[in-house]
Amino acid sequence: MSAAPSTTGVRLASAPAAAVADYIEILKPRVMSLVVFTGLVGLVLAPGHLHPVLAVVAVLCIAVGAGAAGAINMWCDRDIDAMMRRTADRPIPAGRMMPGEALGFGIVLAVGAVLLMGLAVDMVAAELLALTILFYVFIYTVWLKRRTPQNIVIGGAAGAFPPMIGWAAVTGDIGWGAIALFAIIFFWTPPHFWALSLYRAGDYASAGIPMLPVVAGPLETKRQMLVYTLVLWPVALTPALLGIAGAYYGACSLILSAAFTGSAVLVWRDSTERSARRMFAFSLLYLFLIFSLLLLDHAGGNSA
Amino acid sequence: MTTMDREGDRKRTIRARNRALVAVLVALVALFYAVTIVRMGG
Repeated sequence: MSAAPSTTGVRLASAPAAAVADYIEILKPRVMSLVVFTGLVGLVLAPGHLHPVLAVVAVLCIAVGAGAAGAINMWCDRDIDAMMRRTADRPIPAGRMMPGEALGFGIVLAVGAVLLMGLAVDMVAAELLALTILFYVFIYTVWLKRRTPQNIVIGGAAGAFPPMIGWAAVTGDIGWGAIALFAIIFFWTPPHFWALSLYRAGDYASAGIPMLPVVAGPLETKRQMLVYTLVLWPVALTPALLGIAGAYYGACSLILSAAFTGSAVLVWRDSTERSARRMFAFSLLYLFLIFSLLLLDHAGGNSA
Repeated sequence: MTTMDREGDRKRTIRARNRALVAVLVALVALFYAVTIVRMGG
């Protein structure tokens, strides 16, 4: 009788005590901030009205759902995270958190966020949130990430859902405006991630992840990045064409898209990794500005 | 770092975690209360 409790006690005492900061870190707060922002824009642009308290709940559910997906992703990827410099200090590979804790935390948050969204806000929004989490975990993390260089092209859909969820929270359905916002993030994701993977190709190669620069080489990656930035010109213009945004937004989106393509051209012509780093930083600014412009345009009186 | 220090750190970490959990639970109660009022009003 005395041996069992003692063994359990030793195991518990030697287990890492994850700090609050570690629990926040496994939610990927930087990714979460972008998800919250784009979800909020979808919620604001959607035609109709949502009580401010329910709007806060909707944004909270989107944030927690995204964080939950991030935590489950860190559980799935703990082996490859330990091999890459960029991710080696995450709570699980660094030994500050037990893998099961992260998985349990992620599942509880995911279920809680979907249930709260469905019960308090809207069932369609809850279904979309569940789809987003499942897509990110099973389609991107488990299925595509380690198998194909097109992982972030298809998997990018998970990051594109939040404005659609925000839209559905207000309207209870998926309108053309929501699809336009989805498309902007969907076509923005490949050049954004490939810019990062260009200067982290060694990391990805050592972890055995078939990112495009690892499989097809930097030149083909740069070519595809350029093509995607060109596709973004009409895609980013779509909200203006649909009447969700006005001419001011349309003009600014074209200027921003031109600048994004310009940064892709610089990457194309540069054999060092400097311009890829700059393009990665600019891609974040591009998406932030596009969605900020949509908000400003809407606040200026243009609404669907 | 001695074993005593490590154990002290561990206890402090767990205490901070418990406080955070209490804060989250209180916030959830307040949120559910607010949501209920809004939904009943609607």
